[in-house]
Amino acid sequence: MPDLPARLRRYFVAYTGAFVALVLLLGTLEQLGLPPRWIGWSFLFLTIILYATIGVLARTANITEYYVAGRSIPALYNGMATSADWMSAASFMGLAGTLYLAGYQGLAYVIGWTGGYVLVALLLAPYLRRFGQYTIPDFLGERYGGDSARLIGVAAVVLASFVYVVAQIYGVGLITSRFVGLQFEVGVFVGLAGILVCSFLGGMRAVTWTQVAQYVILIAAYVVPVAILSFKATGLPLPQIAYGEVLQRVEALETKIFQQPEEVEARRLYRERAEETGERIARLPESLTEERQRLSEKIGELKAGDARMRDIVVVERQRRELPQNVDAARDYWEASMEAAAERGAEPVHHATAFPGDEGRSDNARLNFLALVFCLMIGTAALPHILMRSYTTPTVADARTSVFWSLLFISLLYLTAPAYAVFAKYEIYSGLIGSSIAELPGWIASWGKVGLVSIDDINGDGRLQLAELTLNPDLIVLATPEIAGLPYVVSGLVAAGALAAALSTADGLLLTIAGALSHDLYYKIHRPQASTQWRLLVSKTMLLVVAVLGATVAAQKPASILYMVSWAFSIAAAAFFPALVCGIFWKRANQAGAVAGMLVGMLLTLYYLVRVQFDSIPWLGIHGIRMQPWFGIESLSAGIWGVAAGFVTIVVVSLLTSPPSAELQRFVRSVRYPPMQA
Amino acid sequence: MQTSDRQKQYWRRNMRVTLILLAIWLLATFSACFFARELNGLSVLGFPLGFYMGAQGLLLIYLAIVGFYAFYMNRLDREYGVDEGGSR
Repeated sequence: MPDLPARLRRYFVAYTGAFVALVLLLGTLEQLGLPPRWIGWSFLFLTIILYATIGVLARTANITEYYVAGRSIPALYNGMATSADWMSAASFMGLAGTLYLAGYQGLAYVIGWTGGYVLVALLLAPYLRRFGQYTIPDFLGERYGGDSARLIGVAAVVLASFVYVVAQIYGVGLITSRFVGLQFEVGVFVGLAGILVCSFLGGMRAVTWTQVAQYVILIAAYVVPVAILSFKATGLPLPQIAYGEVLQRVEALETKIFQQPEEVEARRLYRERAEETGERIARLPESLTEERQRLSEKIGELKAGDARMRDIVVVERQRRELPQNVDAARDYWEASMEAAAERGAEPVHHATAFPGDEGRSDNARLNFLALVFCLMIGTAALPHILMRSYTTPTVADARTSVFWSLLFISLLYLTAPAYAVFAKYEIYSGLIGSSIAELPGWIASWGKVGLVSIDDINGDGRLQLAELTLNPDLIVLATPEIAGLPYVVSGLVAAGALAAALSTADGLLLTIAGALSHDLYYKIHRPQASTQWRLLVSKTMLLVVAVLGATVAAQKPASILYMVSWAFSIAAAAFFPALVCGIFWKRANQAGAVAGMLVGMLLTLYYLVRVQFDSIPWLGIHGIRMQPWFGIESLSAGIWGVAAGFVTIVVVSLLTSPPSAELQRFVRSVRYPPMQA
Repeated sequence: MQTSDRQKQYWRRNMRVTLILLAIWLLATFSACFFARELNGLSVLGFPLGFYMGAQGLLLIYLAIVGFYAFYMNRLDREYGVDEGGSR
């Protein structure tokens, strides 16, 4: 092949140029009167057609191409593909919003999700590449011998990745329904089509090149709106540098707003409401009957007097929406009590770390550290990221590739905190204190889909900070509107969010299908299977898992976003100790690894279930909530699992016989590169 | 395959740089998070330092670690005549 890198570079530059031209063209057409709906549709369909084209062009029937892109992806592009693989719908839509709402506390995600790459680079990527097979369970199977380590690996891959896939497809449904007005369920299946066109025909090879294309779109979509905001606020279009100054302005605004008498009053009213709701919960079931009676009386009064029809309808709706039974009432009132308490809580400055009195502050710090390390180890154990070490030509390229990945990921993660600060500046300086009757249009339009809610509790007709509740996803999706940018920027953001969700879903699907077809079917079930069969099984698995994921996503499972954060804990506990010991400790054997993976995974699940839930209705289990150990939240359950996993591997390995000479030779082959004489 | 002395030496140097970089990673992460309250009293580029470390400083340190490791190991590969080019 004549000078592949140069040719790739030409394609890449041409592609990026074409994309920029498309955005400019749509921007010009908007000025000439193209309706926003059309812009949304153009972005959605042109990008999916683009991904489909790459998917079809990169089709392959070669098994190495299908599983690991022929191990031929140059480090730079592999890094780009890894970062698209990595940055999910949650990174793209949720991170800036989390930082907006949680301030410093949200930085645990920024630190954890980047610091994990140090572990990937130093402890895993080069050795996995030197091993040079197909999947992560593959490594466990070869290193520890027998089928059991491989089997547990497959189970952990499926467990951690499937929830994650569902969340991505769910994300696609949200984006398409919000931006082009498709029905959510239809959007989910558009997403499914978007995912399958990339991965079905060309496997890893097609997915890699699509991800490169998707990275360009998603990073442009992320950085452009903030750069414009930054230019407007400071005259410097480099938000990552300019936001220090804006952060100071935000802090000054906060100091002013937090102390205003009407804010203090609004917070007091919310705390009162929370208390009242708490009393009502304590007086269940009588309070439910009383509440229904009270509303009925009020309706009677209104009807007897000369109240407007509109007011009567409002109260009637309140009565209709009252929970039907005691359990539903408890859930409903607990949620509204929490919401009211949150609105009434003392606000915290954006940059303040670990607020509260000494005890609360130290506990917050402990949880922050636990979450940071849990996310780091989880990052270094997610199979779809580790898989990417197999796709580079050499070990040296695998090392360089991690550097590029981290660089490309950092572009987004350095921007996210700036995004939050600029959005906060826009909202605090432009929105808070203004008249509720004259709020900008985006509040009504995003309020309809439940992402914004406003509640004038003190009835002064002005918007207090405490009266405004924002969903984290809103920040990225609505910032272009909040800042009054043309619709083409919103369309670009939607295309970026779509690219982030699709690229991650593709990588995850391939990982699941690979584990099921390569490890479960070929290595364990039918080692004599022909390559055609393996490819066929792999494609079937891909299709089945994708359809299954879309079906689950179409049910709109409420807890899905929460479950995604668990995937990190599960992957961390299942894979990290076994992989690291497998490379750096020759004495680790099969019994140790199997026990360690099981103990780690089970302990993690046990902890997060018992800290998070009090009852599991569909299993008939009640009253299982326990006090967290050292106050560590369920989000960081993996910290216990990882520790227990390491200890178990060491203890059980030492209690049983050392691994065979053949397995020890395997460890040497992973550690020592071949050398010229 | 018998492991040669040169291979063992290569592994020792690999381990040494890995451990040093891991120590930097751990120390930087831990102290930036643990002392965030105190660091916020200082200011850099207009940011409170604790916030800056979490939002940018640590990321740049991680990038430097990963970049240095790739650079160091690639040089070590050349020094020891490691031959892994294009192995499939």
